[in-house]
Amino acid sequence: MKVKGKALKVGSNIDTDVIIPGRYLTIENPLELAKHAFEPIYPGFTEKARKGVVLVAGGNFGCGSSREQAPLALKHAGVKAIIAESFARIFFRNSINIGLPVLVLKDSQRNFDEGDHVEIDLDKGIIENIAKKKRFQIKPLHPMVKEILEQGGLINYLKRHVKRADLK
Amino acid sequence: MASIGKTLTEKILSRATGKGKLEPGEILGVKVDLVMIHDLTGAPTVKLLGELGVEKVWNPERVVVVLDHQSPPASISAAENQKLLREFVEKQRIKNFYDIGTGICHQVVVEEGYACSGMIIVGADSHTVTYGALGAFSTGMGHTDVAAILATGETWMMIPETMKIVVKGETPRHLTSKDIILHIIGSLGADSALYKSIEFTGEAIKQMSISSRMTITNMSVEMGAKAGLVEPDEKTYQFLNGKARFQVERVKADGNADYSEVYEFKIDGLEPQVALPHTVDNVKPVSEVEGVEVNQAFLGSCTNGRFEDLKAAYQIIKGRKIKRGVRFIVSPASRKVYLKSLKAGIIGGLLNAGATITNPGCTACIGGHIGLLAPGEIAISSSNRNFKGRMGSPEAKVYLASPLTVAASAVKGEITDPRRYLK
Ligand code: SF4
Repeated sequence: MKVKGKALKVGSNIDTDVIIPGRYLTIENPLELAKHAFEPIYPGFTEKARKGVVLVAGGNFGCGSSREQAPLALKHAGVKAIIAESFARIFFRNSINIGLPVLVLKDSQRNFDEGDHVEIDLDKGIIENIAKKKRFQIKPLHPMVKEILEQGGLINYLKRHVKRADLK
Repeated sequence: MASIGKTLTEKILSRATGKGKLEPGEILGVKVDLVMIHDLTGAPTVKLLGELGVEKVWNPERVVVVLDHQSPPASISAAENQKLLREFVEKQRIKNFYDIGTGICHQVVVEEGYACSGMIIVGADSHTVTYGALGAFSTGMGHTDVAAILATGETWMMIPETMKIVVKGETPRHLTSKDIILHIIGSLGADSALYKSIEFTGEAIKQMSISSRMTITNMSVEMGAKAGLVEPDEKTYQFLNGKARFQVERVKADGNADYSEVYEFKIDGLEPQVALPHTVDNVKPVSEVEGVEVNQAFLGSCTNGRFEDLKAAYQIIKGRKIKRGVRFIVSPASRKVYLKSLKAGIIGGLLNAGATITNPGCTACIGGHIGLLAPGEIAISSSNRNFKGRMGSPEAKVYLASPLTVAASAVKGEITDPRRYLK
């Protein structure tokens, strides 16, 4: 599985309230949700993200609430993957569960500039900064995590597995 | 070689996974004892179950549903979600259903005796970690994960490392557990416990009421923790006595347990603490922020909306008036808290002083349906998050503090050291 997009940089400790404020959580349509992604801190985000971007963040990305609408809004706004120094754990799980690749890379901030072309090979665990001709080998994903991502999320994964009752 | 003992976290997870020896970092299937969903996360969970074709939840007696986040609803979409949940609990024969006005999910789960020591609890809410105050391993997950648990009763977890935080010293009279946890978060940072389980211990924790311990464990997620626990003691068992709906396990950490880190905090002489906008770890002693004018003061939330908190705030409000121009919004954490405060004369007293009392629920904490902030406004709040846009406009600012500091600031109209009003 491969994903690519232009790097879009955000900082550290990005919380779920700035990704999608609480007052929008009753919106059901993910495309409607996506219109409000990053509204509090990033005017014009959705415009930029539309063509397909890879977010490059610092540490503790996605801290705060358990709202799955946060990765959902980002995914539907055009975010193809997120690279961060570390993730808040609920956000990390949620992203995988909705089929949005999340990758941990130390020093992610230093190795990418806004607009750099990024390509990610999830099978090989390789992140490439095409613009800067840099390659990073990351820890390969847990096989289950990879399968969930390949299926487009936990629901599709479960549909395949639930009958066999081997959810583990 | 002497064998290494287990932390409290490992003891509980060991039972739930059926595995004697656990390695931090390994991924294991875990049996879940209780699941909680609320109005904001519940509706998408239920829809996913439909998509999955799941007709029945795995065990209706182990599912708790609380309508609290935007309750009563302030929009048609919120009303629709709540309707969906009412229909869901009927169809699934889920008795543990708490409609609008009962209280904040975490308060209700504890008050009604669902959270017992030794249990594994998953909630579709990040502050599910609160139940660690009773020695449960409880954690938040998103609604897809929770839908999967509702279908099967199981989930996967990465076995966390355990971090120990020892709080030592005599608690100064005007210091609350909120000040202590803000101080800890400020010192260690918002990502200091990512993926880890925190165990809080030490004299100061042991002396605290269950209510105060809940404030501490509630905010462990603001350090990134997967869970935050206090070892159950006689106080815990007394609290659960007559209330517990499930088996209470007398579980303890081994003396020779292995912790990834141990931190010690001495709290003698600690000043009241305030978290400044826009991160919870941006903490300073109150003396450094005194004088900041506030437009709104909020007393409530799963962090500090309990009887103990309202009572503490009333100590300051009694015989005084809320400053003109300040909205003092008080939301009791539950109907039970409301009734007890009413009986104690606290509600009347607060009303007389100029407070606005709302129904029990999350209200202003999440900036969804009550008490939103306008651009440029400043709030002081007893809740747990001061992120941009959390309580309304992204151009508003939120300071977090104890119920005492919130009350003192409501009276003076600016951030104020509560010790000025307390003898
Ligand atoms: S009171 Fe605030 S933090 Fe607690 S559950 Fe409600 S919205 Fe979340």
